[in-house]
Amino acid sequence: MIEFKLPSLGSDMDEGTLLEWKVGVGDKVKKGQVVAIVDTTKAAVDVEIWQEGVVHELIAEIGQKLPVGAVMALLLEAGETAPAKVGAGGTAKPVTAAAPAVAAAVPITPPAAAVVAAAAPGRRMISPAARKHAEEQGIDLDGITGTGPHGAVTLEDVENAAAARPAPAAEKAAIKPAEPQASRAADMRKTIAAAMSRSKREIPHYYVSEDIPLAKALAWLQAANAQRPMAERLLPAVLLLKAVAMALKRYPELNGYWRDGGFVPVAAINLGVAISLRQGGLIAPALLNADGKPLTLLMQELTDLVKRTRAGSLRSSEMNEATITVTNLGDQGSQAVFGVITPPQVALVGFGRVAERPWAENGGLKVLPVVTASLSADHRISDGHRGALFLIELNELLQRPEELEK
Amino acid sequence: MTDAEIRAVALATLLSIAPEVEVDELRDDRTLRSQVDLDSMDWLNFLLGLHEKLKVEIPEADYAKLITLNDVVAYLQKKLGAG
Repeated sequence: MIEFKLPSLGSDMDEGTLLEWKVGVGDKVKKGQVVAIVDTTKAAVDVEIWQEGVVHELIAEIGQKLPVGAVMALLLEAGETAPAKVGAGGTAKPVTAAAPAVAAAVPITPPAAAVVAAAAPGRRMISPAARKHAEEQGIDLDGITGTGPHGAVTLEDVENAAAARPAPAAEKAAIKPAEPQASRAADMRKTIAAAMSRSKREIPHYYVSEDIPLAKALAWLQAANAQRPMAERLLPAVLLLKAVAMALKRYPELNGYWRDGGFVPVAAINLGVAISLRQGGLIAPALLNADGKPLTLLMQELTDLVKRTRAGSLRSSEMNEATITVTNLGDQGSQAVFGVITPPQVALVGFGRVAERPWAENGGLKVLPVVTASLSADHRISDGHRGALFLIELNELLQRPEELEK
Repeated sequence: MTDAEIRAVALATLLSIAPEVEVDELRDDRTLRSQVDLDSMDWLNFLLGLHEKLKVEIPEADYAKLITLNDVVAYLQKKLGAG
């Protein structure tokens, strides 16, 4: 019997609320399949399974708040037969707060204590699609009666509410910030506060920075983009991400985790990309195996990741597998950024705004596009000298952009 | 298409990317990206949205010309007229 447990959904999250099962008892599941949607303070996450089997029992109930590591379902391995049933109730299931949680959502008055114990504070069962649509339409989810399983608000409910609302009400709804959004923003702020406080408390950061001329890289990019249809053009950010991934191959002490008092290097280079959300806060989901991907693919994946991050539909592997974070302030940002490391990671690379600056070279002065790259790293594992060499390697890679393409 | 129609398409595209934008408060003659918080990915998606809706090709070399909403409308009008 395989126990399917709630995976960590990012180093700064220790619990989640089950929104939806994507599988039922008797379904065969494959590695990488999305089996459930779990809400966290930052986003609704599509939780993947990494084992194969047949769903035997769904233990976690919709609306139940689960700690990381809680057994959510039992699966039969290939060739395994189901154990004999214990009466009509099936396997012995621990009766927990989950049962009243379901009752709380239907319109009967449950015992007050059960509601307190069961309902996620300020959170209703809302499908991610419904949440997204409501946000787009400016609909207040509080005013919608859910007709989905256990009173969950479904996409259809939101569509019906959108169709039914009179015009002036629509205007009002758009202006008034929806309550669940406000509560999510507050929850996210708390999560960020906890992770960043822990980082600054536990990680002895050191910082190094390097100004990198980008004339060659941008000229190469411009020429490459002139050959590409609009939908396939590359952003400078993709070139920077690829260069970071390639440079990390020679500096493995920056790629991995600090766990149980020691450094655990990771072979895969999964870049956590800090993405700011329009409603405030940020999430840093991972671009997996970025070193091995051609720029075109990285660009597609980055576009998709940004879109899904903002729509609130990320996968669990993207939330928990980043081995380093890259923050790119982009062309609207400041000149340089010195970031706070996301524990248990051990480094963060920051890029400021790409801007034209005076550049001295060979006794002369020119004007070039320049970016300031910075490294924040964990001094328990690496030293400033190695950190500086990493940035020099990054600089050299960006002077040979054509080699970053494949 | 009239300028007003093109402007409406541009605003609809903008709203699909930045739903929080208060359209009534936008100034057509001010830098769009300082009024709306658009990062480089948002900006690319905005131009891509215009390309898809109006079937207008926007070379990367022209991106820098598009600073205000007025610039965007005038540029698209010229492109549509030429096409």
